[in-house]
Amino acid sequence: MSQFLYLYRMTEASRQQNMGTPEQAQQSMQRWVAWFSDLDKKGHLKDRGQPLERTGKVVRGQQKTVTDGPFTEAKDLVGGFTLVEARDIDQAVELSRGCPIFEGGGSVEVRPIMKMDM
Amino acid sequence: MKPELSEHLFRRESGRLVAALTRIFGVHNLALAEDVVQDAFCRALEVWKVRGIPDNPGAWLMAVAKHRALDIVRRERTARTFAPELTRVLESEWTLAPAVEEAFAGSTIRDEQLRMMFSCCDPRLPEEAQVALVLNILCGFGAGEIASAFLVSRAAMEKRITRGKKTLAASARLFDLADAEFAPRLSAVRRALYLLFNEGYHGASAQGAVRTELCTEAIRLTLLLIEASQTASPETFALAALMYLNAAKLPARLDTAGDLNPLVEHDRARWDTRLVQQGLELLDRSASGDVISAFHVEAAIAAVHATAQSIDETDWNTIVGLYDRLMTIAPSPIVALNRAIAIGQRDGPDAGIDALRAIGDLERLRSYPFYPAALGELERRRGNLGAASGHFATAAALARNDAERRFLEKRIRDCA
Repeated sequence: MSQFLYLYRMTEASRQQNMGTPEQAQQSMQRWVAWFSDLDKKGHLKDRGQPLERTGKVVRGQQKTVTDGPFTEAKDLVGGFTLVEARDIDQAVELSRGCPIFEGGGSVEVRPIMKMDM
Repeated sequence: MKPELSEHLFRRESGRLVAALTRIFGVHNLALAEDVVQDAFCRALEVWKVRGIPDNPGAWLMAVAKHRALDIVRRERTARTFAPELTRVLESEWTLAPAVEEAFAGSTIRDEQLRMMFSCCDPRLPEEAQVALVLNILCGFGAGEIASAFLVSRAAMEKRITRGKKTLAASARLFDLADAEFAPRLSAVRRALYLLFNEGYHGASAQGAVRTELCTEAIRLTLLLIEASQTASPETFALAALMYLNAAKLPARLDTAGDLNPLVEHDRARWDTRLVQQGLELLDRSASGDVISAFHVEAAIAAVHATAQSIDETDWNTIVGLYDRLMTIAPSPIVALNRAIAIGQRDGPDAGIDALRAIGDLERLRSYPFYPAALGELERRRGNLGAASGHFATAAALARNDAERRFLEKRIRDCA
């Protein structure tokens, strides 16, 4: 088994829109909970990860300039991450297809964790 | 096992949180209060979906809303005016946090929901807008959801709600229950809740779930009126009784496909006996004071039905008497129609048909499918299947939604 990081990406607009009515928000949450519990049951969930705040600071360059960030104009902000275990990248991609984020116009970036013992 | 979310938690909390926040921000900042609630739900969604649902989700949401409220007042108190009653209190750090705490206390939230309900039932707004506002602000339904329950376009409903909110936001403060206009406004509130309940019970939406939800919400808000001493009048108890006694019949009224069952065909074993019991208790408590309202009479009619073992064992004489009374308190062609149906049960189909034909204001029933349907029912009982079928066909052509149409088409087939 190898490890993969899911990065959840979504624009600020679709995040707000995706929330919808309170009832829709609740249904959306139930779909997420179901998806996570499915991953967990099948033994793919390594670490549920954490949601991220939308704002923070970016420190950049040799000058170590500090700016407000991430980038409010960014097309898709990383809103959180999860660590999964899968046979290979194909299976990790396949598993991500069940993620409810797609219904709201978001995306999942699937990144293999680099193996150090190759 | 992680705790589960109670059904409709977000929707329910939405009304409570908006009411609490409006107390702090003022009704002119209603949109801000709604944004804060929306934001709290966004955060909950993001955190809970990954980390799991907390032990007390309601308290979690409230904590986020409080925190945001404090933040907003601190940041904007020089640039923006908040609730006029709290101006001084919000100015000082010493009193700000306790004031915010106070706004979210259980009894305050209840009172603020009441004030919000009274504000939504502003006489400057048409009744359908009042009901829409109550559903949107206090019950957390979106415009699209309300539109589908009332079978109007989403755009029309959005317009209705936006206009209503403009009227609300233009008032200096939420309605004060000590106001001189209290009594007429309480009547308007009860009327709106009655309409809301009826929309669920008789309404246009074919979806059983939607309709049950409307009835549940009407009952929940009526119970708020009952909990507060100023609003718990005999007439309010009568309204609550009426809702409970009718809601008890809902499981039998709508079949699994969401189709209507006529009272005659109700499987009375499916009536909710607990609701009947509570309804009768409420009806008892409504029997004080010297005013017999239309709600009292309607609740009494519902009680006679709810306690009868079958259609034949129903005390139709009492029901006719109650309809006679209702005709003097709140006459309407629909009441007259129901009275005629009761007469048909008591005195036979000939008398029923005579009573139907004698209704004064027949013109107003012209497009109401249940007038020809009642004629059809009585003709069928007289054995005139041809005439009955014709009346049911007229009724089916007037049906306002698929559930009514299917119901009436089945009556036509039954006559063949």
